[in-house]
Amino acid sequence: MQKPVLVHVEHLTRYYGQTCAVKEVSFELAKGEVLGFLGPNGAGKSSTMQMITGNLAPSAGSVTINGIDLLDKPKRAKHEIGYLPEQPPVYRELTVDEYLQYCAKLNRIARGHVGKAIDTARERCGIGEVRHRLIGNLSKGYRQRVGIAQAILHTPAVVVLDEPTVGLDPIQIREIRTLIRELGEEHGIILSTHILPEVQATCNRVQIINEGQLVFADSVTGLEQRLNATSLIAGFHAAPDAATLQQVDGVTQVETLPDGRVRLHYANTDPSEALIAQAVASGWRLYELAPERRTLEHIFIELTCSDEPAGDPAVAAR
Amino acid sequence: MIFTIAARELRSLFLSPLAWAILAVVQFIIAYLFLSQIDGYLLLQPRLAAIEGAPGVSDVVVAPLLADAGIVLLLITPLITMRLLSEERRNRTLSLLFSAPVSMTEIILGKYLGVLAFFGVMIGLLALMPLSLLAGTALDLGKLAAGLTGLVLLVAAFAAIGLFMSSLTEQPTVAAISTFGLLLLLWIIDWAGASADQTSGLFAYLSLLRHYESLLKGLFNSADVLYYLLISILFLGLSIRRLDADRLQH
Repeated sequence: MQKPVLVHVEHLTRYYGQTCAVKEVSFELAKGEVLGFLGPNGAGKSSTMQMITGNLAPSAGSVTINGIDLLDKPKRAKHEIGYLPEQPPVYRELTVDEYLQYCAKLNRIARGHVGKAIDTARERCGIGEVRHRLIGNLSKGYRQRVGIAQAILHTPAVVVLDEPTVGLDPIQIREIRTLIRELGEEHGIILSTHILPEVQATCNRVQIINEGQLVFADSVTGLEQRLNATSLIAGFHAAPDAATLQQVDGVTQVETLPDGRVRLHYANTDPSEALIAQAVASGWRLYELAPERRTLEHIFIELTCSDEPAGDPAVAAR
Repeated sequence: MIFTIAARELRSLFLSPLAWAILAVVQFIIAYLFLSQIDGYLLLQPRLAAIEGAPGVSDVVVAPLLADAGIVLLLITPLITMRLLSEERRNRTLSLLFSAPVSMTEIILGKYLGVLAFFGVMIGLLALMPLSLLAGTALDLGKLAAGLTGLVLLVAAFAAIGLFMSSLTEQPTVAAISTFGLLLLLWIIDWAGASADQTSGLFAYLSLLRHYESLLKGLFNSADVLYYLLISILFLGLSIRRLDADRLQH
């Protein structure tokens, strides 16, 4: 927690008419962190991001960017923000260079530094070879990268990316993820997505939002602990009955799957070794043994689909 | 910052064929009107020469030409202003401006200045026609200056109204037709008063045309100038409010 806090969001709430899109969301982002914002469609991810970047006025709550209140001093606070909305905000009739030059001026980069800032951003996002082409003629992937270049152009303290990898091919996705991780070293990054492995690949903190409320907030390591296996899948050519398997050290529950394999639940001690020893001794002809890992999907569904949200909301346990 | 936005607006206008097409068409139509006015003047000239204190070329050619130019510009202003904000909203590029350190006022003024610069070019080209008469005759330059000032003020009011209409909607065509409707209404609003026995002072005052007419006569009346400035400021203010409301409730 020694790192400076870049974003401080407190009790952020937003109503659209009667519907509450975001409800009492609070969190912090420190320098060097990549925060993943997860949630199903319509959960309030984009609304939250729009509020952090000043595109949407919150109904209640406060946003502080690098110590500057966004609502009190929007101009100064916006200086510290780079934002890539869901659709990259690019002018199709301009070339990449013209567009970046416009963005540089818009973000009040000093005249002498514009060239260098554009060079850096262009290089980081890998759009050097398309610099003289019209943005309207670029592929979606390149347009997305131009959008990212625009967001990091003025080296803001906070970069907010709304679903940055949507519509890209797998190679581009990998490149963008590497870029995000690199950027995360110097900036604070907030990233929204509904692709779960992306969070595991790029972020070091995760927040899950559902129906406008934070339902889970933890570090990725914490999340991965929750993913740890608590069951094994075993296949036998000469399967013993369930009662015999139950006797194996550590097994708490046995479940026979439709295809003949069995799922062995365990609590604390991993029964794999004992199981193998016994299988060999008793001639069960074991042919498959695999630990079953819970995926992020499981946790995600568990958190977002239950009637009452589990977990402790809004507590960033780090 | 205002100039950055204005410069981009102007650039984007000239990158689209629309601006060039409009410039060409307007130039052609005004040139045709100019020629027919000159033709008419040549027919009248022998008779005019006989009259003492007869109206000169400035009254017979230049003033009607500028009056016609006002009507032509009324027709084409909606086409120029319709895209100003509605297209940004449609292409989701507004968020670029919203998340940059610029205020709503700067955005609106930038857009407004950009489009005014375009009209400046257009009026500059139009002004060349009456000025070309200088090659053969003497002109009342004061009258011409008053008329051109009137035209600039008129167009400034048109553009502010167009900008406001564009800020209301996501569809450029809707912005265009509403701008056209409002401009036409403000143009003809004094007809209601004129046809009745007692002329309605308010309607006559509101009419965009009335104030332009006195400027065309060479009367530089500060009340008329103020009228156009007030209209422009009013609609610019409304546009700023409207853009700000984008962030508030949907």
